[in-house]
Amino acid sequence: MAVLHSAPRVSADPAALETLGAALGGLLVDAHEEHGELMLRVPRESIEDALRLLRDEHAYQQLIDIAGVDYPGREERFELVYILLSLTKNHRIMVKCSAAEDVAVPTVTTLWPNAGWLEREVFDMFGVPFDGNTDMRRILTDYGFEGHPFRKDFPLTGYHEVRYSEEAKRVIYEPVELAQDFRNFEFTSPWEGADYPLPGDEKATMPPVMEVKTTEKPIQTGAGPKTDAKAAEHVARGASGGTVAGQGQGEPVPEDTKIEAPGAPDPTEDRHDRLPREDTSPDTHGATQVEPRKSRDRDE
Amino acid sequence: MPSLTQDVVPTTGDETISSYTINFGPQHPAAHGVLRLVMELDGEIIERVDPHIGLLHRGTEKLIEYKTYLQALPYFDRLDYCSPMCMEHTWVLAIEKLLNVEVPIRAQYLRVLFAELTRIKNHLLNIGAHVMDVGAMTANLWLFELREDVMNFYERASGARMHAAYFRPGGVHQDVPLKLLTDIGDWCDTLLPRLFGDAMSLVIDNRIFKQRNVDIAVVSKEDAIAWGFSGPMIRASGLPWDLRKSQPYDVYERMDFEIPVGTNGDCYDRMMVRVEEVRQSARIIKQCLAELPEGPVQSIDRKVAPPKRGEMKQSMEALIHHFKLYTEGFHVPAGEVYVATESPKGEFGVYLVSDGSNKPYRCKIRPTMFSHLQAMDFMCKGHMLPDATAILGAIDAVFGECDR
Repeated sequence: MAVLHSAPRVSADPAALETLGAALGGLLVDAHEEHGELMLRVPRESIEDALRLLRDEHAYQQLIDIAGVDYPGREERFELVYILLSLTKNHRIMVKCSAAEDVAVPTVTTLWPNAGWLEREVFDMFGVPFDGNTDMRRILTDYGFEGHPFRKDFPLTGYHEVRYSEEAKRVIYEPVELAQDFRNFEFTSPWEGADYPLPGDEKATMPPVMEVKTTEKPIQTGAGPKTDAKAAEHVARGASGGTVAGQGQGEPVPEDTKIEAPGAPDPTEDRHDRLPREDTSPDTHGATQVEPRKSRDRDE
Repeated sequence: MPSLTQDVVPTTGDETISSYTINFGPQHPAAHGVLRLVMELDGEIIERVDPHIGLLHRGTEKLIEYKTYLQALPYFDRLDYCSPMCMEHTWVLAIEKLLNVEVPIRAQYLRVLFAELTRIKNHLLNIGAHVMDVGAMTANLWLFELREDVMNFYERASGARMHAAYFRPGGVHQDVPLKLLTDIGDWCDTLLPRLFGDAMSLVIDNRIFKQRNVDIAVVSKEDAIAWGFSGPMIRASGLPWDLRKSQPYDVYERMDFEIPVGTNGDCYDRMMVRVEEVRQSARIIKQCLAELPEGPVQSIDRKVAPPKRGEMKQSMEALIHHFKLYTEGFHVPAGEVYVATESPKGEFGVYLVSDGSNKPYRCKIRPTMFSHLQAMDFMCKGHMLPDATAILGAIDAVFGECDR
C-alpha cells in the first residue's frame, strides 16, 4: 500500500524483520510488520534475554516505553509492549510479551535504568508484577489507592471521590456519587457493530406471522355451541334478537362493580367581593411622570 | 565532587551534622508544578532524591478510550500545557498513520509553522523559569512578553490562547488569515530577536548564572542514552539526535535548520541548547512563511475531514458526512502504531491500538518527562540543595505531561 500519510519516516530496512527474527531464533514466537511497525513476540520468561540481545548486538540502545494493554478475552489478559529505539540505525521496533496478574514478568531494570518507573507504571495501572524490580511502589495513583485503573473492567468514574470537608477540616474520601448516571454515548450505527440492544430488538422473537394458517376441520375454527353461549353472556338482552346492520350486536350489558359513583362536589363557600379602590395608588404618578431633577446646592 | 559524598563528614565547628530528610513540594514554586521530592540530605548535600509524581494524574489515557478520535484531541492540549500544539501533532500523526490519509501540503506547512511557534513558546517559558529559579528576575518578565505574543498568534489562528485544539486528523481546523502570517513574519524579524537577544544578554554571560549552572548535573553520552533521554536533554550531552531531522514528519525534511549540541552535558548546556533552538525555530518559521503554498488546509477525504459549511447548505451528502463525523466519528482500521515527534521537551510518543471502531482501544502516551525526571536521583547526587532547583529547571518539567 502506498504511503500517503506524513507521519515520521523511519529509515526503511526491508531485511530487518528477517535479521532480527533469525537473531532471536528460538526466543521468537512471531514476527510481523503492520502499518510500517515491526513487531516481535517473545515468551514472557525470556523477555529480558531477548531485549538484552537486541540492545547489545543489534544496537537498539534506548528503551522508549513499556505500554500495557488489557485484552480481557485472552487467557493471559495483559500484553506488554516494549518500544525500542536505535539511535545508530534510526530504527524502531516493538517487542511484545503476554502477562497476567498472578505471574511475574522478569524485570529489565538490569538493562536500562529508566525501566524502573515504566514497570512501576504498568504495575500501578494493570497490576502486572515484575520480578527483580526492587521498587514496586505505585507511581501515578494516590497514596493508598486500591485497584488497577487502566484495566478494562475498572469503571471510568472510579470508586472514590475526594473532597475537602469543612466539618472534618480535612480531605475526605467518599464513595463516588453521580448526580446523573454515567452516559457512554455510543454512536456506532446499528448496521456496523453496535453491540447494545436497540429499542424494538425484543420483537426479534416474533410469533410466526408469515406462516399461512389453515383450518382443516370445523372444530379448529372455534365455532360451536360453547362459543355461542359465551358470546351471548355479554350481549345486551334487547339486542339478542338480531343484529343492527353494521353495528354489531348493540351495547354489552353493564356489569355491577359495586363501587359507588362519587356525588357532585360540595359547593365552595361564598367569597366576598373585593372592595373598589378608593383612591389612586401613590406610585402611579411617579411611574408615568418624571420629575425634573433638582439641581443640588453645592454649598450645602 | 566525589570527595563530598563519600568519606568527608560535613561539620560546622565541633558539631557533626547528621543526615536528614526533607520534603520539597508538592506546592513549591521551584517544583514547576505539583512535584514532591523526598530528599535525603547530608548537611546541604543531596544523597538521594525520590520524586513522587502523579499528583496531577487525570487518567487521560483511560478517558481517551471512551471518546472518539476527534473528541480525544483536546485532551492532548492539556498534557503539556506549555506546548499544546506539539502534543496535538503527535496525536493527529498517529491517527493519520493508521488511516493512511493524505494531508494537503499547505496544512503540513501550517502544522510545522505552529509547532515551531509552540517550541518557541515553550522554550521562552522554560528559559525564563530556569533563570528565575537561580535568582534572576528581569529576563523572565521580558520573555513572558514574547510568550504573550505567541499566545496572541495562537488566538488568531484557533480562537484559544492556550488550549488551541487547532490540528485535526487530515490537516488543521481552519485556514489562517494573511495578516496573521505577515505579523508572525514581522515578529520573527524584529521583536523576537531584539527582545530575546536582550533578555539572553542579561543571562548567558552572567557570572552568577554560570556559577549556578556550569558543571551542575553533568550527564555523559552513555548515561543520556541509557536513561532514555531525548530532546534538549540528549543534545546537551553532545548527541545530535533530533527527530525532526532523523525521522522527519510533515514538511520538516524541506526545512533548513541546524541542531545545537552541548559539549559538557551540564545544566548550562541544556539551557543554551534551548536558547539556540529558539533561533532555529524562528528560522524554520520564516522558511514556512516564505514557502507556504496555496490550497486546502484539510484532507479532501470526506470520511475523515468534515465538509465546509457552505457545501453543507448545498449538498445532502455533505450534510450526511458532517453529521456522521460529529456523532459517530470516523472508524480507524484495526492495528497498532507508535508515533513519536520532537516535542520541545523531547520525544513525545503515542502508542495507539485501534480495534477498527470509532474509539481508540488503547492509547499509551509516552511522556518525555518520565525518563528525565527519573534521572533526578543520579543527577542530583552529590550536589547541593539549591542545585536541585537548577537541575529541575533544566529538565523542563511540566506535570500535565508527566502525570497524564
